[in-house]
This record gives sequence, structure tokens and C-alpha cells, in this order.
Amino acid sequence: MEKTMSSRDKATSSSIELRLPSRLGYEKVAMNTAASVARLMGFSDERVEDLKTAVAEACINAMEHGNKLDESLSVGVVLSMDANSLEVKVTDNGEGPQSSTGAPDIHKKMQEEEEARGMGMFLIQALVDEVEWVSSPPAGSYARMVIHLSQPAL
Amino acid sequence: MPEMVTRVTVEELPSASGDPITVLRFSGDITSASQPAVIGTYEGLPDHVKRILLDFSKVEYLNSSGIALVIQMMIAASKRGQTLHTFGLSPHFQKVFTMVGITKYTSLHPDEASACSAF
Repeated sequence: MEKTMSSRDKATSSSIELRLPSRLGYEKVAMNTAASVARLMGFSDERVEDLKTAVAEACINAMEHGNKLDESLSVGVVLSMDANSLEVKVTDNGEGPQSSTGAPDIHKKMQEEEEARGMGMFLIQALVDEVEWVSSPPAGSYARMVIHLSQPAL
Repeated sequence: MPEMVTRVTVEELPSASGDPITVLRFSGDITSASQPAVIGTYEGLPDHVKRILLDFSKVEYLNSSGIALVIQMMIAASKRGQTLHTFGLSPHFQKVFTMVGITKYTSLHPDEASACSAF
């Protein structure tokens, strides 16, 4: 696992990069790093908890579906912060998401018409302010999530 | 960073209102690696158990695969005619359980006493 920190052009903007092995459990390194950064930026406890779940789920998706749990492949995590927002980009070597961001149907799950699993992307979408999944094989794919310190005006 | 071990302890509480309440107290992480601990412990409960309380107050990390195990327990409990209540979830995971729809099939309580009185 490597960890680097760099300053960008603006004094208020910086980033942290992690490279995680595709091994379940290591998503907690990204989750806890993102939580530390979000707390330093002044995000509320509720937003920090939202971000922790979103980052963990994105890393798990990248490890399981993107990199097929091949430990020779790493998951990249880049946290970029500016004065008002924190962006987390999670990259893998896969072809992008195959599942849905739709809300899970608990009735179908209880009737065993739908798998009990498969809620990760829904949770990510519900818990952050912006999210996109970009598929760009063979270079890899990424999930990009953003939370804002203050909600943008509608 | 290996995942933290999932621990489950089983306790039986007497209940003035009828059948005793079987409490499953979880601690550590609940993830995809927790299937033997979570489902294995549930499946090992005797057939006469009808009231089950899930205690999440010592859980340190829960992800969507862990939530799926909770749903699997709910499915099995429904088939066995068991009533299932939950307490000890953080406000964040109370929100997540509600978003996922779990609260349509089990109720979340702030503490053990209120959960027990709901049976």
C-alpha cells in the first residue's frame, strides 16, 4: 500500500492518493482516510458516516467486480479537496459497473426473487452529493464521488 | 488489514409477556466474511425459539454484504414464524436500514429495554 500527498496549484487544493490491494478488508484503509480528511475539512459527523459507507462500498465494488479479487491488481483511491468539497475517485482494472443504482426491492428480496446482496451502488448514490461511474476499458474504470460542505443552490 | 472477527454471543432473556427472548449480540465487523458466524449462529438456534433480538451495539463496521446477511436472517426467521427486532444500530445505520427497506420487516429500537417491550 502506498500513500502520497501532493499540493496542487491552488493553495487551498490538495490531494491524497492510496493504492490498495484487491483484498477485502483493505477498503477500511480508504474509508478511514476519507473520514479523517472529511473531519479535518469540517464535515459533520453525519456526512462523515455517509462518506465512509460510500467509499467502502466503492472500494469493495472495485476489488470484487473490477479486479475480481486478483491481489496482483490494485485499487486506486484519490481524495481531492478544495475549500468546499471533497472528491473521492476509486479506480480499478475492470469494465465498469454491471449492477444497478436502483433502490433495492426488499419485498423481492424477502420472497427470494432478488439476491439479498447488490445494494452497494444504490447506497453510494444515496449517500453522496454527486456520483458517476466511468467505464474506460482497457485502461480501467472508476467511480467518482463528491460531497460538498454546503449544498449547492438548486 | 484483515477484517475483524465477527463475534456472536447468544443469550436468553425471560419475558413476562410470553416466550423467552433470544438475543444475538454481534461485535466486530459484519461483512461477507461473517456468513459462518452470523448465519451459522442463527441456524444453530433451537426450533422452539420464536422471539429474536439482534444487538448491533458493539458492531464496529458493517457493509452492504453484512446487511445482506441480516436480510438472509430475516428471510429465514419469516419462514420459521419467528419475530425479529433490532437495537443498537448507530443513527447512520438506522438510516441505511430504512433506505434499504429493512424496517418494513423488522423494527429498530434505541435500546434493549424498548426492543424487549416490543415483543
